[in-house]
Amino acid sequence: MTRLKRLPVSLLLGGLLTALVVGAALLSLVWTPFPAEQVRVVARLRPPGPVHWLGTDHFGRDALSMILVGARNSLAVGAAAVALGALLGVPLGLAASAWGRWGDEAVARLGDLLFAFPAVLTAILLTAALGAGAVNVVLALGLFNAAVFARVARGAALAVWRRDFVRAALALGRGPLSVTLVHVLPNIAGVVIVQGTVLFAVAVLNEAALSYLGLGIQPPSPSWGKMLGDAQTFLFTAPLQAIFPGAAIAVTVLGLNLLGDGLRDVLDPRHRSAGLL
Amino acid sequence: MLAFLARRLLTLALTAWLATLAVFAVLEAIPGDPALVMLGTGAQPEAVAALRHQMGLDRPWPLRYAGWVGGMLHGDFGTSLTYARPVAGLVADRLAITLPLAALALVLSAGIAVPLGLFAAGRQGRAGDWAVMAFGQMGIAVPGFWFAILLILLFSVRLGWFSAGGFPGWEAGAGPALKALLLPAVALALPEAAILARITRTAALDTLREEYVRTAVAKGLPRRVVLRCHVLPNALIPVATILGLQFSFLVAGAVVVENVFTLPGLGRLLYQAIGQHDLIVVQSVVVLLAVTVVAVNALVDIACAAIDPRPRVTA
Repeated sequence: MTRLKRLPVSLLLGGLLTALVVGAALLSLVWTPFPAEQVRVVARLRPPGPVHWLGTDHFGRDALSMILVGARNSLAVGAAAVALGALLGVPLGLAASAWGRWGDEAVARLGDLLFAFPAVLTAILLTAALGAGAVNVVLALGLFNAAVFARVARGAALAVWRRDFVRAALALGRGPLSVTLVHVLPNIAGVVIVQGTVLFAVAVLNEAALSYLGLGIQPPSPSWGKMLGDAQTFLFTAPLQAIFPGAAIAVTVLGLNLLGDGLRDVLDPRHRSAGLL
Repeated sequence: MLAFLARRLLTLALTAWLATLAVFAVLEAIPGDPALVMLGTGAQPEAVAALRHQMGLDRPWPLRYAGWVGGMLHGDFGTSLTYARPVAGLVADRLAITLPLAALALVLSAGIAVPLGLFAAGRQGRAGDWAVMAFGQMGIAVPGFWFAILLILLFSVRLGWFSAGGFPGWEAGAGPALKALLLPAVALALPEAAILARITRTAALDTLREEYVRTAVAKGLPRRVVLRCHVLPNALIPVATILGLQFSFLVAGAVVVENVFTLPGLGRLLYQAIGQHDLIVVQSVVVLLAVTVVAVNALVDIACAAIDPRPRVTA
Protein backbone atom coordinates (compact mmCIF):
# COMPACT_ATOMS: atom_id res chain seq x y z
CA MET A 1 0.00 0.00 0.00
CA THR A 2 2.79 2.41 0.84
CA ARG A 3 4.44 1.54 -2.47
CA LEU A 4 1.16 2.29 -4.23
CA LYS A 5 0.97 5.64 -2.44
CA ARG A 6 4.42 6.55 -3.67
CA LEU A 7 3.39 6.16 -7.34
CA PRO A 8 2.53 9.39 -9.19
CA VAL A 9 -1.18 10.26 -9.20
CA SER A 10 -1.05 10.64 -12.98
CA LEU A 11 0.15 7.04 -13.33
CA LEU A 12 -2.68 5.71 -11.16
CA LEU A 13 -5.40 7.83 -12.75
CA GLY A 14 -4.07 7.25 -16.28
CA GLY A 15 -3.76 3.53 -15.62
CA LEU A 16 -7.31 3.42 -14.28
CA LEU A 17 -8.81 5.25 -17.27
CA THR A 18 -6.80 3.17 -19.74
CA ALA A 19 -7.83 -0.04 -17.95
CA LEU A 20 -11.45 1.10 -18.22
CA VAL A 21 -11.18 1.53 -22.00
CA VAL A 22 -9.22 -1.69 -22.49
CA GLY A 23 -11.82 -3.44 -20.31
CA ALA A 24 -14.63 -2.06 -22.51
CA ALA A 25 -12.81 -3.25 -25.63
CA LEU A 26 -12.29 -6.73 -24.15
CA LEU A 27 -15.89 -6.87 -22.93
CA SER A 28 -17.12 -6.17 -26.47
CA LEU A 29 -15.42 -9.41 -27.57
CA VAL A 30 -17.80 -11.47 -25.44
CA TRP A 31 -20.78 -9.23 -24.71
CA THR A 32 -22.56 -6.13 -25.99
CA PRO A 33 -26.14 -5.16 -25.02
CA PHE A 34 -27.15 -5.55 -28.70
CA PRO A 35 -25.23 -6.69 -31.77
CA ALA A 36 -23.32 -3.50 -32.66
CA GLU A 37 -24.19 -3.67 -36.35
CA GLN A 38 -27.87 -4.58 -35.88
CA VAL A 39 -30.07 -2.11 -37.79
CA ARG A 40 -33.58 -1.48 -36.36
CA VAL A 41 -35.11 1.46 -38.18
CA VAL A 42 -38.20 1.41 -35.93
CA ALA A 43 -35.96 2.27 -32.98
CA ARG A 44 -33.96 5.05 -34.69
CA LEU A 45 -32.65 8.11 -32.80
CA ARG A 46 -34.00 6.98 -29.42
CA PRO A 47 -32.83 9.01 -26.43
CA PRO A 48 -31.03 7.17 -23.60
CA GLY A 49 -33.46 4.90 -21.72
CA PRO A 50 -33.80 1.57 -19.92
CA VAL A 51 -33.53 -0.52 -23.12
CA HIS A 52 -30.88 1.48 -24.96
CA TRP A 53 -28.80 2.98 -22.15
CA LEU A 54 -27.11 5.52 -24.42
CA GLY A 55 -29.86 5.70 -27.06
CA THR A 56 -29.69 4.68 -30.72
CA ASP A 57 -28.32 6.19 -33.93
CA HIS A 58 -30.14 7.03 -37.18
CA PHE A 59 -30.17 3.34 -38.17
CA GLY A 60 -31.54 2.28 -34.78
CA ARG A 61 -28.18 0.76 -33.77
CA ASP A 62 -27.49 0.66 -30.03
CA ALA A 63 -25.03 3.46 -29.17
CA LEU A 64 -23.51 1.71 -26.14
CA SER A 65 -22.80 -1.45 -28.14
CA MET A 66 -21.22 0.63 -30.90
CA ILE A 67 -19.07 2.53 -28.39
CA LEU A 68 -17.85 -0.75 -26.84
CA VAL A 69 -16.91 -2.21 -30.23
CA GLY A 70 -15.55 1.21 -31.23
CA ALA A 71 -13.13 1.00 -28.28
CA ARG A 72 -11.80 -2.25 -29.71
CA ASN A 73 -11.37 -0.78 -33.21
CA SER A 74 -9.81 2.41 -31.93
CA LEU A 75 -7.32 0.61 -29.67
CA ALA A 76 -6.49 -1.90 -32.41
CA VAL A 77 -5.64 0.85 -34.93
CA GLY A 78 -3.72 2.80 -32.27
CA ALA A 79 -1.73 -0.25 -31.17
CA ALA A 80 -0.94 -1.24 -34.75
CA ALA A 81 0.19 2.30 -35.61
CA VAL A 82 2.46 2.45 -32.54
CA ALA A 83 3.85 -1.05 -33.21
CA LEU A 84 4.59 -0.18 -36.84
CA GLY A 85 6.20 3.10 -35.82
CA ALA A 86 8.36 1.42 -33.16
CA LEU A 87 9.39 -1.45 -35.44
CA LEU A 88 10.51 0.97 -38.15
CA GLY A 89 11.68 3.89 -36.04
CA VAL A 90 13.58 2.33 -33.12
CA PRO A 91 16.00 0.27 -35.26
CA LEU A 92 16.52 3.34 -37.46
CA GLY A 93 17.30 5.53 -34.46
CA LEU A 94 19.63 2.89 -33.00
CA ALA A 95 21.42 2.52 -36.33
CA ALA A 96 21.82 6.29 -36.63
CA SER A 97 23.34 6.49 -33.17
CA ALA A 98 25.77 3.66 -33.96
CA TRP A 99 26.80 4.77 -37.45
CA GLY A 100 27.95 8.23 -36.57
CA ARG A 101 27.68 11.29 -38.73
CA TRP A 102 26.28 9.97 -41.99
CA GLY A 103 23.72 7.72 -40.38
CA ASP A 104 22.72 10.62 -38.18
CA GLU A 105 22.34 12.94 -41.12
CA ALA A 106 20.25 10.41 -43.08
CA VAL A 107 17.87 9.81 -40.17
CA ALA A 108 17.55 13.54 -39.51
CA ARG A 109 16.62 14.21 -43.15
CA LEU A 110 14.16 11.30 -43.22
CA GLY A 111 12.62 12.69 -40.03
CA ASP A 112 12.30 16.15 -41.64
CA LEU A 113 10.54 14.55 -44.60
CA LEU A 114 8.09 12.54 -42.52
CA PHE A 115 7.36 15.52 -40.26
CA ALA A 116 6.43 17.54 -43.37
CA PHE A 117 3.40 15.29 -43.77
CA PRO A 118 0.99 15.51 -40.84
CA ALA A 119 -0.68 12.09 -40.44
CA VAL A 120 -3.98 13.43 -41.79
CA LEU A 121 -2.24 14.59 -44.96
CA THR A 122 -0.48 11.24 -45.47
CA ALA A 123 -3.75 9.42 -44.89
CA ILE A 124 -5.48 11.62 -47.49
CA LEU A 125 -2.70 10.92 -49.98
CA LEU A 126 -2.82 7.16 -49.33
CA THR A 127 -6.62 7.16 -49.54
CA ALA A 128 -6.46 8.97 -52.87
CA ALA A 129 -4.05 6.34 -54.16
CA LEU A 130 -5.27 3.14 -52.52
CA GLY A 131 -8.81 3.84 -51.25
CA ALA A 132 -10.13 4.41 -47.72
CA GLY A 133 -9.67 1.91 -44.92
CA ALA A 134 -8.14 1.12 -41.54
CA VAL A 135 -4.96 -0.33 -43.10
CA ASN A 136 -4.10 2.99 -44.76
CA VAL A 137 -4.72 4.80 -41.49
CA VAL A 138 -2.32 2.45 -39.70
CA LEU A 139 0.23 3.00 -42.47
CA ALA A 140 -0.10 6.80 -42.38
CA LEU A 141 0.01 7.03 -38.57
CA GLY A 142 2.75 4.39 -38.38
CA LEU A 143 5.03 6.32 -40.76
CA PHE A 144 4.63 9.51 -38.76
CA ASN A 145 5.25 7.58 -35.53
CA ALA A 146 8.36 6.00 -37.06
CA ALA A 147 9.89 9.46 -37.49
CA VAL A 148 9.18 10.33 -33.85
CA PHE A 149 10.47 6.98 -32.55
CA ALA A 150 13.65 7.31 -34.66
CA ARG A 151 14.40 10.75 -33.19
CA VAL A 152 13.67 9.75 -29.62
CA ALA A 153 15.58 6.45 -29.86
CA ARG A 154 18.55 8.17 -31.47
CA GLY A 155 18.71 10.88 -28.82
CA ALA A 156 18.45 8.41 -25.95
CA ALA A 157 20.89 5.96 -27.54
CA LEU A 158 23.55 8.63 -28.13
CA ALA A 159 23.56 9.30 -24.38
CA VAL A 160 23.98 5.58 -23.63
CA TRP A 161 26.88 5.23 -26.09
CA ARG A 162 28.83 7.75 -24.01
CA ARG A 163 28.43 5.71 -20.81
CA ASP A 164 31.41 3.88 -19.32
CA PHE A 165 29.92 0.39 -19.41
CA VAL A 166 29.36 0.73 -23.16
CA ARG A 167 32.95 1.87 -23.66
CA ALA A 168 34.07 -1.05 -21.55
CA ALA A 169 32.04 -3.47 -23.67
CA LEU A 170 33.55 -1.99 -26.84
CA ALA A 171 37.04 -2.24 -25.33
CA LEU A 172 36.39 -5.90 -24.56
CA GLY A 173 35.91 -6.41 -28.29
CA ARG A 174 32.13 -6.51 -28.56
CA GLY A 175 30.82 -5.40 -31.96
CA PRO A 176 28.44 -2.46 -32.43
CA LEU A 177 25.46 -4.74 -33.10
CA SER A 178 26.03 -6.76 -29.95
CA VAL A 179 26.53 -3.61 -27.84
CA THR A 180 23.37 -2.11 -29.31
CA LEU A 181 21.28 -5.17 -28.49
CA VAL A 182 22.75 -6.02 -25.10
CA HIS A 183 23.49 -2.59 -23.63
CA VAL A 184 21.87 0.24 -25.59
CA LEU A 185 18.40 -1.16 -26.30
CA PRO A 186 17.56 -2.17 -22.70
CA ASN A 187 18.67 1.27 -21.50
CA ILE A 188 16.47 3.21 -23.89
CA ALA A 189 13.42 0.94 -23.42
CA GLY A 190 11.88 3.23 -20.80
CA VAL A 191 12.02 6.31 -23.03
CA VAL A 192 10.60 4.32 -25.94
CA ILE A 193 7.70 3.00 -23.83
CA VAL A 194 6.82 6.50 -22.60
CA GLN A 195 6.92 7.81 -26.17
CA GLY A 196 4.81 4.86 -27.31
CA THR A 197 2.08 5.71 -24.80
CA VAL A 198 1.95 9.33 -25.93
CA LEU A 199 1.91 8.33 -29.61
CA PHE A 200 -0.85 5.83 -28.85
CA ALA A 201 -2.99 8.74 -27.64
CA VAL A 202 -2.16 10.77 -30.74
CA ALA A 203 -3.02 7.78 -32.94
CA VAL A 204 -6.43 7.39 -31.26
CA LEU A 205 -7.13 11.10 -31.88
CA ASN A 206 -6.03 10.92 -35.52
CA GLU A 207 -7.91 7.70 -36.22
CA ALA A 208 -11.07 9.32 -34.87
CA ALA A 209 -10.56 12.41 -37.06
CA LEU A 210 -9.94 10.29 -40.16
CA SER A 211 -12.93 8.05 -39.46
CA TYR A 212 -15.02 11.19 -38.95
CA LEU A 213 -13.98 12.25 -42.46
CA GLY A 214 -14.88 8.77 -43.74
CA LEU A 215 -11.25 7.93 -44.51
CA GLY A 216 -10.66 5.57 -41.58
CA ILE A 217 -12.48 2.50 -40.31
CA GLN A 218 -15.21 1.72 -42.83
CA PRO A 219 -18.85 1.02 -42.01
CA PRO A 220 -20.56 -1.16 -40.92
CA SER A 221 -17.70 -1.62 -38.43
CA PRO A 222 -18.36 1.00 -35.71
CA SER A 223 -15.84 3.71 -34.95
CA TRP A 224 -16.09 6.66 -32.58
CA GLY A 225 -15.14 9.17 -35.27
CA LYS A 226 -17.74 7.90 -37.73
CA MET A 227 -20.39 7.89 -34.99
CA LEU A 228 -19.69 11.59 -34.41
CA GLY A 229 -19.85 12.27 -38.15
CA ASP A 230 -23.28 10.61 -38.33
CA ALA A 231 -24.49 12.33 -35.15
CA GLN A 232 -23.63 15.76 -36.56
CA THR A 233 -26.37 15.34 -39.19
CA PHE A 234 -28.96 14.82 -36.43
CA LEU A 235 -27.80 17.48 -33.96
CA PHE A 236 -31.27 19.02 -33.80
CA THR A 237 -33.16 15.76 -33.16
CA ALA A 238 -30.67 13.64 -31.20
CA PRO A 239 -27.99 15.95 -29.72
CA LEU A 240 -26.85 13.40 -27.11
CA GLN A 241 -25.56 11.07 -29.83
CA ALA A 242 -22.87 13.69 -30.46
CA ILE A 243 -21.75 13.55 -26.82
CA PHE A 244 -21.01 9.92 -25.91
CA PRO A 245 -18.51 8.88 -28.63
CA GLY A 246 -16.59 12.13 -28.17
CA ALA A 247 -16.42 11.56 -24.43
CA ALA A 248 -15.11 8.04 -25.11
CA ILE A 249 -12.29 9.47 -27.26
CA ALA A 250 -11.47 12.13 -24.67
CA VAL A 251 -11.37 9.59 -21.80
CA THR A 252 -9.09 7.27 -23.82
CA VAL A 253 -6.68 10.03 -24.82
CA LEU A 254 -6.67 11.56 -21.34
CA GLY A 255 -5.96 8.13 -19.82
CA LEU A 256 -3.09 7.39 -22.19
CA ASN A 257 -1.54 10.85 -21.79
CA LEU A 258 -1.69 10.68 -17.99
CA LEU A 259 -0.27 7.16 -18.13
CA GLY A 260 2.57 8.45 -20.32
CA ASP A 261 3.27 11.33 -17.91
CA GLY A 262 3.21 8.94 -14.95
CA LEU A 263 5.48 6.41 -16.63
CA ARG A 264 7.91 9.22 -17.48
CA ASP A 265 8.01 10.22 -13.83
CA VAL A 266 8.72 6.64 -12.77
CA LEU A 267 11.14 5.67 -15.54
CA ASP A 268 12.91 8.99 -16.06
CA PRO A 269 13.13 10.99 -12.80
CA ARG A 270 14.84 13.92 -14.56
CA HIS A 271 11.49 14.86 -16.12
CA ARG A 272 9.47 14.70 -12.93
CA SER A 273 6.33 16.76 -13.47
CA ALA A 274 4.31 18.65 -10.87
CA GLY A 275 2.03 16.13 -9.14
CA LEU A 276 -0.92 15.03 -11.21
CA LEU A 277 -0.11 17.14 -14.22
CA MET B 1 24.95 33.18 -38.79
CA LEU B 2 25.48 33.05 -42.59
CA ALA B 3 26.69 29.45 -42.45
CA PHE B 4 23.70 28.50 -40.31
CA LEU B 5 21.36 30.27 -42.75
CA ALA B 6 22.90 28.52 -45.77
CA ARG B 7 22.73 25.13 -44.07
CA ARG B 8 19.12 25.59 -43.02
CA LEU B 9 18.05 26.77 -46.49
CA LEU B 10 19.84 23.82 -48.10
CA THR B 11 18.01 21.40 -45.77
CA LEU B 12 14.76 23.15 -46.60
CA ALA B 13 15.32 22.71 -50.35
CA LEU B 14 16.35 19.07 -49.89
CA THR B 15 13.29 18.23 -47.78
CA ALA B 16 10.94 20.03 -50.17
CA TRP B 17 12.42 18.08 -53.09
CA LEU B 18 12.07 14.78 -51.20
CA ALA B 19 8.45 15.70 -50.42
CA THR B 20 7.63 16.14 -54.12
CA LEU B 21 9.34 12.81 -54.83
CA ALA B 22 7.36 11.04 -52.08
CA VAL B 23 3.99 12.40 -53.26
CA PHE B 24 4.81 11.54 -56.86
CA ALA B 25 5.88 8.02 -55.88
CA VAL B 26 2.69 7.35 -53.89
CA LEU B 27 0.46 8.40 -56.77
CA GLU B 28 2.62 6.42 -59.21
CA ALA B 29 1.86 3.36 -57.09
CA ILE B 30 -1.87 3.56 -57.85
CA PRO B 31 -2.95 0.15 -59.06
CA GLY B 32 -4.37 0.48 -62.58
CA ASP B 33 -4.66 3.52 -64.82
CA PRO B 34 -4.92 6.85 -62.91
CA ALA B 35 -6.87 8.37 -65.84
CA LEU B 36 -9.41 5.56 -65.56
CA VAL B 37 -9.54 5.99 -61.77
CA MET B 38 -10.29 9.70 -62.23
CA LEU B 39 -12.92 9.31 -64.94
CA GLY B 40 -14.55 6.14 -63.66
CA THR B 41 -14.83 2.75 -65.33
CA GLY B 42 -17.73 3.85 -67.55
CA ALA B 43 -15.64 6.53 -69.30
CA GLN B 44 -15.24 6.76 -73.10
CA PRO B 45 -11.87 5.39 -74.27
CA GLU B 46 -11.24 8.67 -76.16
CA ALA B 47 -11.79 10.70 -72.98
CA VAL B 48 -9.43 8.41 -71.07
CA ALA B 49 -6.82 8.73 -73.83
CA ALA B 50 -7.19 12.53 -73.84
CA LEU B 51 -6.78 12.72 -70.06
CA ARG B 52 -3.81 10.36 -70.22
CA HIS B 53 -2.20 12.77 -72.65
CA GLN B 54 -3.12 15.83 -70.56
CA MET B 55 -1.62 14.22 -67.44
CA GLY B 56 1.39 13.12 -69.45
CA LEU B 57 0.78 9.46 -68.64
CA ASP B 58 1.94 8.57 -72.13
CA ARG B 59 5.40 9.86 -71.23
CA PRO B 60 8.01 8.06 -69.07
CA TRP B 61 7.88 8.95 -65.36
CA PRO B 62 11.14 10.94 -65.10
CA LEU B 63 9.89 13.35 -67.78
CA ARG B 64 6.50 13.53 -66.13
CA TYR B 65 8.04 14.24 -62.73
CA ALA B 66 10.34 16.90 -64.17
CA GLY B 67 7.40 18.51 -65.98
CA TRP B 68 5.28 18.52 -62.82
CA VAL B 69 7.96 20.01 -60.57
CA GLY B 70 9.07 22.45 -63.27
CA GLY B 71 5.47 23.58 -63.72
CA MET B 72 5.02 24.10 -59.97
CA LEU B 73 8.17 26.21 -59.82
CA HIS B 74 6.54 28.46 -62.43
CA GLY B 75 3.21 28.54 -60.57
CA ASP B 76 1.54 25.98 -62.84
CA PHE B 77 -0.03 23.29 -60.63
CA GLY B 78 -2.00 21.62 -63.43
CA THR B 79 -5.70 21.82 -64.22
CA SER B 80 -8.39 20.38 -61.98
CA LEU B 81 -10.56 17.80 -63.69
CA THR B 82 -13.63 18.55 -61.56
CA TYR B 83 -13.55 22.32 -61.72
CA ALA B 84 -11.92 22.58 -65.18
CA ARG B 85 -9.78 25.38 -63.74
CA PRO B 86 -6.08 25.76 -63.03
CA VAL B 87 -5.30 24.37 -59.57
CA ALA B 88 -3.27 27.51 -58.73
CA GLY B 89 -6.40 29.69 -59.07
CA LEU B 90 -8.49 27.24 -57.04
CA VAL B 91 -5.89 27.19 -54.28
CA ALA B 92 -5.68 30.99 -54.26
CA ASP B 93 -9.48 31.24 -53.86
CA ARG B 94 -9.52 28.70 -51.02
CA LEU B 95 -6.57 30.32 -49.26
CA ALA B 96 -8.73 33.42 -48.85
CA ILE B 97 -10.61 31.35 -46.25
CA THR B 98 -7.97 29.01 -44.87
CA LEU B 99 -5.30 31.66 -44.23
CA PRO B 100 -7.54 34.00 -42.18
CA LEU B 101 -8.89 30.93 -40.35
CA ALA B 102 -5.39 29.70 -39.48
CA ALA B 103 -4.25 33.22 -38.53
CA LEU B 104 -7.27 33.72 -36.30
CA ALA B 105 -6.69 30.34 -34.65
CA LEU B 106 -3.01 31.14 -34.12
CA VAL B 107 -3.78 34.52 -32.55
CA LEU B 108 -6.48 32.98 -30.35
CA SER B 109 -4.29 30.11 -29.18
CA ALA B 110 -1.28 32.33 -28.43
CA GLY B 111 -3.56 34.94 -26.85
CA ILE B 112 -5.06 32.34 -24.51
CA ALA B 113 -2.04 30.13 -23.91
CA VAL B 114 0.77 32.60 -23.18
CA PRO B 115 -1.05 34.50 -20.38
CA LEU B 116 -2.37 31.20 -18.96
CA GLY B 117 1.10 29.62 -19.00
CA LEU B 118 2.67 32.67 -17.31
CA PHE B 119 -0.16 32.76 -14.76
CA ALA B 120 0.38 29.07 -13.93
CA ALA B 121 4.16 29.47 -13.67
CA GLY B 122 3.73 32.38 -11.27
CA ARG B 123 1.57 30.17 -9.02
CA GLN B 124 3.42 26.87 -9.29
CA GLY B 125 1.81 24.11 -7.22
CA ARG B 126 -1.17 26.23 -6.23
CA ALA B 127 -4.82 25.98 -7.30
CA GLY B 128 -4.40 28.32 -10.29
CA ASP B 129 -1.51 26.23 -11.60
CA TRP B 130 -3.53 23.04 -11.25
CA ALA B 131 -6.52 24.58 -13.03
CA VAL B 132 -4.38 25.66 -15.99
CA MET B 133 -2.68 22.27 -16.19
CA ALA B 134 -6.05 20.50 -16.01
CA PHE B 135 -7.19 22.73 -18.88
CA GLY B 136 -4.03 21.64 -20.71
CA GLN B 137 -4.71 17.93 -20.24
CA MET B 138 -8.36 18.29 -21.25
CA GLY B 139 -7.56 20.47 -24.25
CA ILE B 140 -5.11 17.88 -25.57
CA ALA B 141 -7.51 14.98 -24.93
CA VAL B 142 -10.60 16.53 -26.52
CA PRO B 143 -10.53 15.97 -30.30
CA GLY B 144 -10.76 19.27 -32.18
CA PHE B 145 -13.57 18.09 -34.41
CA TRP B 146 -15.65 16.95 -31.41
CA PHE B 147 -15.10 20.30 -29.74
CA ALA B 148 -16.24 21.87 -33.03
CA ILE B 149 -19.44 19.79 -32.96
CA LEU B 150 -20.02 20.78 -29.32
CA LEU B 151 -19.60 24.45 -30.26
CA ILE B 152 -22.19 24.01 -33.02
CA LEU B 153 -24.49 22.25 -30.55
CA LEU B 154 -24.25 25.09 -28.04
CA PHE B 155 -23.93 28.24 -30.14
CA SER B 156 -25.89 27.24 -33.24
CA VAL B 157 -28.45 24.65 -32.19
CA ARG B 158 -29.23 25.82 -28.62
CA LEU B 159 -28.49 29.55 -28.62
CA GLY B 160 -28.80 30.28 -32.35
CA TRP B 161 -25.99 32.87 -32.21
CA PHE B 162 -23.97 31.48 -35.10
CA SER B 163 -24.83 29.50 -38.22
CA ALA B 164 -23.92 25.80 -38.03
CA GLY B 165 -21.58 26.06 -41.00
CA GLY B 166 -20.93 27.56 -44.42
CA PHE B 167 -19.26 30.80 -45.44
CA PRO B 168 -21.01 33.91 -46.79
CA GLY B 169 -17.93 35.03 -48.76
CA TRP B 170 -15.82 38.15 -48.23
CA GLU B 171 -18.21 39.99 -50.60
CA ALA B 172 -20.78 39.88 -47.79
CA GLY B 173 -18.49 42.12 -45.75
CA ALA B 174 -15.76 41.49 -43.19
CA GLY B 175 -18.23 41.24 -40.27
CA PRO B 176 -20.33 38.26 -41.44
CA ALA B 177 -17.26 36.54 -42.92
CA LEU B 178 -15.28 36.81 -39.68
CA LYS B 179 -18.34 35.69 -37.72
CA ALA B 180 -18.47 32.53 -39.85
CA LEU B 181 -14.78 31.92 -39.14
CA LEU B 182 -14.95 32.51 -35.38
CA LEU B 183 -16.31 29.14 -34.17
CA PRO B 184 -14.01 27.13 -36.50
CA ALA B 185 -11.04 29.20 -35.30
CA VAL B 186 -11.95 28.56 -31.65
CA ALA B 187 -12.22 24.81 -32.39
CA LEU B 188 -8.87 24.87 -34.15
CA ALA B 189 -7.24 26.95 -31.40
CA LEU B 190 -8.21 24.80 -28.39
CA PRO B 191 -5.78 21.88 -28.81
CA GLU B 192 -3.01 24.30 -29.85
CA ALA B 193 -3.69 26.53 -26.84
CA ALA B 194 -3.63 23.53 -24.49
CA ILE B 195 -0.21 22.39 -25.68
CA LEU B 196 1.13 25.93 -25.85
CA ALA B 197 -0.03 26.77 -22.31
CA ARG B 198 1.94 23.77 -20.97
CA ILE B 199 5.04 24.75 -22.98
CA THR B 200 4.80 28.39 -21.88
CA ARG B 201 4.47 27.30 -18.24
CA THR B 202 7.52 25.02 -18.48
CA ALA B 203 9.57 27.65 -20.31
CA ALA B 204 8.56 30.33 -17.80
CA LEU B 205 9.43 28.04 -14.87
CA ASP B 206 12.86 27.39 -16.40
CA THR B 207 13.40 31.14 -16.81
CA LEU B 208 12.19 31.84 -13.27
CA ARG B 209 15.12 29.75 -11.98
CA GLU B 210 17.65 31.96 -13.82
CA GLU B 211 19.87 34.21 -11.75
CA TYR B 212 18.89 37.42 -13.53
CA VAL B 213 15.28 36.81 -12.46
CA ARG B 214 16.40 36.26 -8.88
CA THR B 215 18.32 39.52 -9.14
CA ALA B 216 15.28 41.34 -10.48
CA VAL B 217 13.16 40.04 -7.60
CA ALA B 218 15.89 40.83 -5.08
CA LYS B 219 16.16 44.43 -6.21
CA GLY B 220 12.47 44.79 -5.40
CA LEU B 221 10.75 44.82 -8.80
CA PRO B 222 7.04 44.02 -8.61
CA ARG B 223 6.12 40.46 -9.65
CA ARG B 224 4.16 41.65 -12.68
CA VAL B 225 7.12 43.58 -14.01
CA VAL B 226 9.47 40.61 -13.48
CA LEU B 227 7.11 38.31 -15.34
CA ARG B 228 6.52 40.74 -18.21
CA CYS B 229 9.99 42.21 -18.68
CA HIS B 230 12.32 39.37 -17.70
CA VAL B 231 10.45 36.07 -17.88
CA LEU B 232 8.20 36.56 -20.90
CA PRO B 233 10.81 37.60 -23.51
CA ASN B 234 13.10 34.70 -22.58
CA ALA B 235 10.31 32.15 -22.34
CA LEU B 236 9.09 33.13 -25.80
CA ILE B 237 11.89 31.34 -27.67
CA PRO B 238 10.74 27.76 -26.93
CA VAL B 239 7.16 28.97 -27.34
CA ALA B 240 7.94 30.28 -30.84
CA THR B 241 9.66 27.01 -31.77
CA ILE B 242 6.65 24.98 -30.66
CA LEU B 243 4.31 27.39 -32.41
CA GLY B 244 6.23 26.66 -35.62
CA LEU B 245 6.12 22.90 -35.07
CA GLN B 246 2.40 23.17 -34.37
CA PHE B 247 1.85 24.66 -37.78
CA SER B 248 1.62 21.15 -39.20
CA PHE B 249 -1.06 20.29 -36.63
CA LEU B 250 -2.85 23.47 -37.63
CA VAL B 251 -2.79 22.34 -41.27
CA ALA B 252 -4.14 18.90 -40.36
CA GLY B 253 -6.69 20.44 -38.00
CA ALA B 254 -7.87 22.85 -40.69
CA VAL B 255 -8.61 19.94 -43.04
CA VAL B 256 -10.89 18.39 -40.43
CA VAL B 257 -12.44 21.55 -38.93
CA GLU B 258 -13.23 23.03 -42.35
CA ASN B 259 -15.20 19.88 -43.05
CA VAL B 260 -17.08 20.09 -39.75
CA PHE B 261 -18.19 23.64 -40.60
CA THR B 262 -18.41 23.04 -44.40
CA LEU B 263 -16.06 25.98 -44.95
CA PRO B 264 -14.93 26.07 -48.59
CA GLY B 265 -11.22 26.34 -47.69
CA LEU B 266 -8.13 24.46 -48.81
CA GLY B 267 -8.80 21.52 -46.48
CA ARG B 268 -12.29 21.03 -47.85
CA LEU B 269 -10.95 21.31 -51.42
CA LEU B 270 -8.48 18.55 -50.65
CA TYR B 271 -11.10 16.37 -48.97
CA GLN B 272 -13.59 16.76 -51.80
CA ALA B 273 -10.88 16.06 -54.37
CA ILE B 274 -10.52 12.55 -52.93
CA GLY B 275 -14.23 11.84 -53.40
CA GLN B 276 -14.03 13.28 -56.91
CA HIS B 277 -10.88 11.26 -57.73
CA ASP B 278 -9.27 14.56 -58.74
CA LEU B 279 -5.70 13.32 -58.32
CA ILE B 280 -4.19 16.47 -59.83
CA VAL B 281 -5.70 18.58 -57.06
CA VAL B 282 -4.75 16.03 -54.34
CA GLN B 283 -1.15 15.83 -55.58
CA SER B 284 -0.62 19.57 -55.85
CA VAL B 285 -2.36 20.60 -52.64
CA VAL B 286 -0.61 17.91 -50.56
CA VAL B 287 2.79 19.01 -51.88
CA LEU B 288 1.92 22.65 -51.32
CA LEU B 289 0.90 21.99 -47.71
CA ALA B 290 3.93 19.77 -47.00
CA VAL B 291 6.36 22.34 -48.44
CA THR B 292 4.64 25.10 -46.45
CA VAL B 293 5.08 23.07 -43.25
CA VAL B 294 8.79 22.57 -44.02
CA ALA B 295 9.25 26.24 -44.91
CA VAL B 296 7.51 27.48 -41.77
CA ASN B 297 9.69 25.24 -39.59
CA ALA B 298 12.82 26.53 -41.33
CA LEU B 299 11.68 30.14 -40.88
CA VAL B 300 11.03 29.54 -37.19
CA ASP B 301 14.49 28.00 -36.79
CA ILE B 302 16.07 30.98 -38.51
CA ALA B 303 14.01 33.46 -36.50
CA CYS B 304 14.97 31.73 -33.25
CA ALA B 305 18.62 31.73 -34.25
CA ALA B 306 18.36 35.44 -35.01
CA ILE B 307 16.93 36.12 -31.53
CA ASP B 308 19.02 33.64 -29.57
CA PRO B 309 22.59 32.76 -30.56
CA ARG B 310 22.67 29.41 -28.70
CA PRO B 311 21.12 27.13 -31.41
CA ARG B 312 23.52 28.67 -33.97
CA VAL B 313 26.50 27.65 -31.92
CA THR B 314 25.29 24.09 -31.27
CA ALA B 315 24.33 23.62 -34.93
